[in-house]
Amino acid sequence: MIDQLKRACAIAKKDIRIYYMKGPVVIFGILFPVFLFLAFVIGRDLTVDFLIAGLLSMTIFFTSMSITPVIAPTETQTRSLERLAAAPVSITTILLGDMLASVLFGIGISLVPIMVGMAIGVTVEHPFILAAGIVLAAFCFSAMGLIFSSTPTSMTSTVMMISTMVKFPLVFISGIFIPVGELPLWGQVLALASPLTYITDLCRYSFQGTNYYSILVDATALMIFFVIFMTVAIKLHGRSLPKRL
Amino acid sequence: MKTVIEVGELTKDYNGFTAVDHISFEVEEGEIFGFLGPNGAGKTTTVRILTGVIKPTSGKVSIMGFDLRSESIKAKQIIGVVPELSNAYNELSAWNNLQFMADLYGVPKNHAKKRAEELLNKFNLYDRKDHKVKTFSKGMKQKLILAMSLMNDPEILFLDEPTSGLDVISARLIKDMVLELNKGGKTIFLTTHYMEEANELCSRVAIINHGKIAAIDAPEKLKMRIAGLEWVEVSFDMPVDASDLLDLSGVIDVRMSGDKLRLYTNEPGRTIYQLVDYSRSNNLEIVMLNTLTPTLEDVFIKLTEEKG
Repeated sequence: MIDQLKRACAIAKKDIRIYYMKGPVVIFGILFPVFLFLAFVIGRDLTVDFLIAGLLSMTIFFTSMSITPVIAPTETQTRSLERLAAAPVSITTILLGDMLASVLFGIGISLVPIMVGMAIGVTVEHPFILAAGIVLAAFCFSAMGLIFSSTPTSMTSTVMMISTMVKFPLVFISGIFIPVGELPLWGQVLALASPLTYITDLCRYSFQGTNYYSILVDATALMIFFVIFMTVAIKLHGRSLPKRL
Repeated sequence: MKTVIEVGELTKDYNGFTAVDHISFEVEEGEIFGFLGPNGAGKTTTVRILTGVIKPTSGKVSIMGFDLRSESIKAKQIIGVVPELSNAYNELSAWNNLQFMADLYGVPKNHAKKRAEELLNKFNLYDRKDHKVKTFSKGMKQKLILAMSLMNDPEILFLDEPTSGLDVISARLIKDMVLELNKGGKTIFLTTHYMEEANELCSRVAIINHGKIAAIDAPEKLKMRIAGLEWVEVSFDMPVDASDLLDLSGVIDVRMSGDKLRLYTNEPGRTIYQLVDYSRSNNLEIVMLNTLTPTLEDVFIKLTEEKG
């Protein structure tokens, strides 16, 4: 167990070196949510702490899911996956490694909107809850990214298209631009099915002290989503790995 | 001799197509075991099953006593693998690739550093240790991949087409290294298309065709199986019509082999006399004349054609 955990860390280190420590990846991770966010809030009369909370949840969401979907297809294409599959590591270990790298990246980049917010006078009212929420969300969204990477293809564009088709609708039903309480009833029901809803709610609570669900509900929902995503990802990768080789 | 690889009734089906069909064999400690077969015969599928990369449909594989189904991590821990089409990580340096392998196999840090230095020196890659693999030539990459497979000092080494596409010098170095590793006590499971390589390196070979084992034996013993057939190889100073030579008595078949003609015969002495007469009567000069005994390639072709 400890051995497999150490090996997962080695895989995470490899992923960070190969996929994350690239200027364009880091810059894209910061700029993409910022521009998307600005496109939807400019011209609307919203408070800064509301904006920063939404921007932060979107940043964790996009950065934690930015690279995980493409690792397996890329390694299929570069033919390094078979070597990994022949090593004394389980599929769970490989996925755990990919997820850990993504979690670190997600957490690291999420510090940027927090610092921007603090620089313009926003205060974090509940820093520990915010930190715990960011970590939980990073695990949850990274595991979600692993589901997309299970598509048995070597074409990263295919995977990116599928993940984009899922990611964007989630942004609009998760209370980022319109608080969940102000959504129509069908919107509120849909919001329940999005993990992004719960981290957005946690961020709002951490910055503004207001929340739609209780903190316990938000944290539990994120944990449940994480367990579901990880279980599904392990099963799907178990099936797709032989098809990739 | 201790059996280190035990394969029993191994089968792999892909949507109704049987890639590996109830094969059974054993590999003993210290052997270089060759696994030969035409394209699509099931070689790579077998190697992938033996190295735990894919699961068989049925059958049993045991590596050093570890059942590959129930103890795959333990089995993988004691083997080294050079997959057929695998690559090192191009974006990492040679050094980082080796260290990553060490981490994956749980090699302690200090030992991993010493081992990496030793392997890089052995494969003449030490000067390029900090260079990204994407800057390496194919030969250098293949040497690095072999070095990566040795980081955990494996008991058994699986090499799937290790010299495929390499220049003569790189291929020679890999072959010398295989012999040296075997001399050092490692068991080698070698898949190759090159018959000469198998003949040169392997103590035993298995020939697989259409997913089934056609023969398993020492190369020389396999050659004896078709010892009744011999041939004469001849080259003239000018091109000749091969069909003329088919009319010579005792000649069963004539095949072109580069600028040479290969005459399959059951009377090689008589065929030589007839070739000399043929050259005289056609005012040709014999550039080369040779009698040959079956090679491993001939055995391979005969067995794969017979059972095809």
